[in-house]
Amino acid sequence: MDALNHLMTGFAHALSPENLLWALLGVLLGTAVGVLPGLGSSMAVALLLPITFQLDPTAAFIMFAAVYYGGLFGDSTAAILMNTPGQSSAIATAIEGYQMARRGRAPQALATSAIGAFIGAILSTTLVAFFSPAIIDLALQFGPAEYFALAVFAFLATSAVVSQSMVRGLVALCIGLVISLVGIDGISGAERFTFGMPQLFEGFSIVTITVALLAIGEVLHVAGGHGGTESGALRRSGTPWLGRKDLRRTLPAWMRGTLFGLPFGVIPSGGSEIPTFLAYGTERKLARRRAARGGAPDEFGNGAIEGVAAPEAAGSATAGTAMGALLGLGLPTSATAAIMLAAFQQYGMQPGPLLFERNGDLVWALLASLFIGSVMLLVLNLPFAPLWARLLLIPKPYLYAGITTFSALGVYAAASAMADLWLMLLLGLLGFMMRRYGIPLAPVLIAVILGPVAETELRRALAVGQGDVAVLFDSGISLALYALIVIVLGVVTVNRARAARAARAQVSAPHPAEKV
Amino acid sequence: MTSKQRTLRALGAAAAALIIGAATVNAAQSGDGASEARSKLTFIVPADPGGGWDLVAREGQNALREGDVVANSQVVNVPGAGGTIGLAQTVRQAETSNMLMVTGTVMIGGIVVNRSAHTLEDVTPIARLADDYEVIVVPADSPYKTTADLVDALREDPRAVAIGGGSLGGTDHLLAAMIARDVGVDPQQVNYIPFSGGGEALTSLLSHSVDVGISGYNEFSDQIEAGNLRALAVSAHEPVPGIDVPTLAEQGIDAVLPNWRGVMAPPGISAEEREELTEIVTEMTRTPAWQDTLERNRWDDTFQSGAEFEEFLSAEIDRITTITEELGLS
Repeated sequence: MDALNHLMTGFAHALSPENLLWALLGVLLGTAVGVLPGLGSSMAVALLLPITFQLDPTAAFIMFAAVYYGGLFGDSTAAILMNTPGQSSAIATAIEGYQMARRGRAPQALATSAIGAFIGAILSTTLVAFFSPAIIDLALQFGPAEYFALAVFAFLATSAVVSQSMVRGLVALCIGLVISLVGIDGISGAERFTFGMPQLFEGFSIVTITVALLAIGEVLHVAGGHGGTESGALRRSGTPWLGRKDLRRTLPAWMRGTLFGLPFGVIPSGGSEIPTFLAYGTERKLARRRAARGGAPDEFGNGAIEGVAAPEAAGSATAGTAMGALLGLGLPTSATAAIMLAAFQQYGMQPGPLLFERNGDLVWALLASLFIGSVMLLVLNLPFAPLWARLLLIPKPYLYAGITTFSALGVYAAASAMADLWLMLLLGLLGFMMRRYGIPLAPVLIAVILGPVAETELRRALAVGQGDVAVLFDSGISLALYALIVIVLGVVTVNRARAARAARAQVSAPHPAEKV
Repeated sequence: MTSKQRTLRALGAAAAALIIGAATVNAAQSGDGASEARSKLTFIVPADPGGGWDLVAREGQNALREGDVVANSQVVNVPGAGGTIGLAQTVRQAETSNMLMVTGTVMIGGIVVNRSAHTLEDVTPIARLADDYEVIVVPADSPYKTTADLVDALREDPRAVAIGGGSLGGTDHLLAAMIARDVGVDPQQVNYIPFSGGGEALTSLLSHSVDVGISGYNEFSDQIEAGNLRALAVSAHEPVPGIDVPTLAEQGIDAVLPNWRGVMAPPGISAEEREELTEIVTEMTRTPAWQDTLERNRWDDTFQSGAEFEEFLSAEIDRITTITEELGLS
């Protein structure tokens, strides 16, 4: 096993006291920025870029990667405790996680998410260490047509999140699509909904949207007296230990979530959000089916532990394969990876097929440190779960004032633009109104993330094919994805029809007279 | 006093101490006799962290520190609208004598595409620092063996050749247009597919979604060396040392497009202040740290300042603006 030997040498490097210290610093910083809404790992790595002039590359990349992983571990903390996700990758976690916290199960939710993030990170890092050529091959199978098919698939698959009320879900989806249209169209250069304001030319940044709708909107909601912390349930913090019953439900959910996350790590602009929603949607459907078959009751909406486990594992599973795409292809698939790519260039290195040969020492030490960092993060997060839960003992005004401050800080620091703060307030009000009138927020974020991907890739594919629609069905991958969509739609329709028939039968059953 | 109140008090005191401390340090630094720019210099980067302009500012910051040219320099990113948001911010900072905005070829196109209210004529030119070059590549198994093959295909049916590169109106797009124009093809007919960066364009090339890729040489260098991509031409004036690829000019195509990067100061500064900034930047480029920067990034040293730079700038603005307008992007 060649890779195993390399990895062992890598561990020897990464386990030096100095490198361990950088990894520890990185995971601490990453967790901190992950917890705070508005600050994310991409901003932290950008702020750390200048240290590349002082540090040797191995130490610097160990620290950057640790920040990246730390962000994906930390992002769920505020999402679960206060319904204010620290990064967009924790939006799906917030849905059930916050419900768990409201029912006094905050420590369990935090522990589930920490273990889920750990499993996702370790499995995806293992995959990269031993099978990185396969990952790169996968990434190279995808062109615009395949990305578009994937986006269509993701739209339909995540509709499970939308489906509580079709109309409200569609309203939210449309709000998201409209928000995502603002700005100069990258393909044609046309201005859309910019009202001639240069501040709107780039469109809304995903950070501003996430922070405004989820953090500011929640703060306003709580301030408006509709907040959910009415009972003392939130304040009860028990052991973080998951009972056997919990484990039986979370274990398969962690695995399924990881499977969703792995392929998405290598897909640009798919980011870590899409697989979290896919994982969430799948768990929800499975729970409903299980309940229908007379198994354990469907707890979705009331704090289902699978709804926390799967998205967390999916989110951090993208981190490992994203590192694979970055190292082996020079393809940044997330904002943080893009800045790490810049750091490579600052050292005069170009990630790509030759990096493993030229800078093998660095690559393997980095991969080894990803394992070490994941273990550190688990050790760091698990015992802290009950401690974090005690954060809720801070009086609400202080807590939410703090969230507002950090949100504003993060949004302003991203581009040092006042306009972004006004947009944040505006969208925050929108988020408040949506909460007030029971319009779900997740579809907005799905539309904001997937809408532009679907549009850009469709137009790129059509441009390549000179307007011929056949180009969309030209590859095995896209055909397989469309076939999957058709099958899923077929199954859903048949099930619906069957359910409707069953419902009719039930209605007519108590009236035997009619049968005569 | 409860323990909670005590904790809050202590936190407040610590925060206050930190702020006061920072203010004192700041005051001490700006208190010495040297010019304002020598004690504290701000780089405005009109793009996100991690891009080409950001790299110039951060390498510059490092050279200023290593060479003891400026005591304290900072980088502020003001991204958006092809760099014109940062340009507008710099114009608003009129008479600020310790500020440099990073700029280059891309901003000239950006000003046209974004219909910017301000142009590069509204700021004070200081210096051109370095150039890098574009490379035109095809996948290793592409039917286009040489630039001539590519040109033939373009002449036959420009829509059938999908060319991938960076954002609309950026250097990659402009080079595609310049090549088309020189070989007698309408630049607007070029089937140009913009990607958000070289990495994304690269996967599309390797998955055979696009036929031709254009980007900075460094973005593709590794794949060229690994044999996955074939370089057809570079956009430099003269063959670049260390890059074994013919220039477009050598292959009979009049399309020279250096991707230059330089620095500009806000408007309204005095002649002495401008002189001081030019002196600082000149000293910076002479430091060993900056020489190392040029080598590491394979940048061409094209330092120019004063009248020489102004002349280059105005010619470049005319040239690039014309091409951008020909592309129908204005």
